[in-house]
Amino acid sequence: MHVPDGFIDAPVSVATGVVAAAGVAVALRGSRRELDDRTAPLAGLVAAFVFAAQMLNFPVAAGTSGHLLGGALAAILVGPWTGILCVSVVLLMQAVLFADGGLTALGVNITDMALVTVVVAYGLFRLLVKTLPRTRASVTAASFVAALVSVPASALAFTGFYALGGTTDVPMGTVAGAMVGVHVLIGLGEAAITALTVGAVVAVRPDLVYGARDLVAPLELRTAPAGNGTETKAA
Amino acid sequence: MDTNANANANASAGTGTAVGAGTAVGNGGRSARTLWVVGVVLALVLAGFVSFYASSSPDGLEKVAADHGIDEKAEEHALGNSPLADYRTEDVDDARLSGGLAGVVGVGATLAVGTGVFWLVRRRPAAPAARNASSAPAPAADTRPKV
Repeated sequence: MHVPDGFIDAPVSVATGVVAAAGVAVALRGSRRELDDRTAPLAGLVAAFVFAAQMLNFPVAAGTSGHLLGGALAAILVGPWTGILCVSVVLLMQAVLFADGGLTALGVNITDMALVTVVVAYGLFRLLVKTLPRTRASVTAASFVAALVSVPASALAFTGFYALGGTTDVPMGTVAGAMVGVHVLIGLGEAAITALTVGAVVAVRPDLVYGARDLVAPLELRTAPAGNGTETKAA
Repeated sequence: MDTNANANANASAGTGTAVGAGTAVGNGGRSARTLWVVGVVLALVLAGFVSFYASSSPDGLEKVAADHGIDEKAEEHALGNSPLADYRTEDVDDARLSGGLAGVVGVGATLAVGTGVFWLVRRRPAAPAARNASSAPAPAADTRPKV
């Protein structure tokens, strides 16, 4: 969903540039709390992994493909502030090295694909994790739903920017419908990849998954050998 | 897998209260190196090799833009002639190699820049005592369902 140059006019590009810069600045402050000697290299890895996964376009409908955005995945693995930075670094590298995503559109792209995805996905993820039973399966399920919703949310954000500063006159209702429709399908792919990755890391090292921190600590205090196994299986 | 070795090292060198499975709450001592190495190799394989098999159809935005005329005023990328533009390595004719090289360079560059930023931003271990204090009062029972 990388917006090229020329889609969005100058005022809205500048405005989203300011929003993106402010978002990244706040994330830089916030990520201090999430990063230490052990998690900083892992966060770098998550950025590299998101870059790699974004190269893997999967088909979603006739003549249409999609790829991971990675906001949900990064936020759940290394924390929301660091997650914003991970995706922003990826978008910056893509725009500068690979001519993918316009330079003047970098603000739009960071706002859509780093800020909106992380805010929506992580908010929803926390809500679900607090509601569901405290199991690894819940973390994986919450990752799936959070990732799924984050993609059409990002598509809607782009549509909003286009409504404000699009360079052509198009029927916005139709565009919004088309954008959300195709991005729900892409969201299913995003959800599958996110849940698979989070599930795999949670299975081997739950202590390294930011979104599973609650899971690791309180789970240890309960001693219920009979109930524990079935509970984990059930969800 | 050396996770067991790590867990044992943690149990003996760490708080000493961990029982059995090595799921001590304050896992501060356990290395993340194995996960990191596996992750980097996976990213390199995905970007360097698997990406060749990715769909080349337009993505969701490109399709909608083309269908609805959003892209009528789209401009060429200012860096469209850069040596790695469009995930192809300049002067490398073989498509598999050209894309794979671009992917590997991208993973390396993203890893380097990302890690650099995160390393600069990170919390410095000013008070190593704090970590021990937080893990001490919570002895672990082995209720972990599986390995």
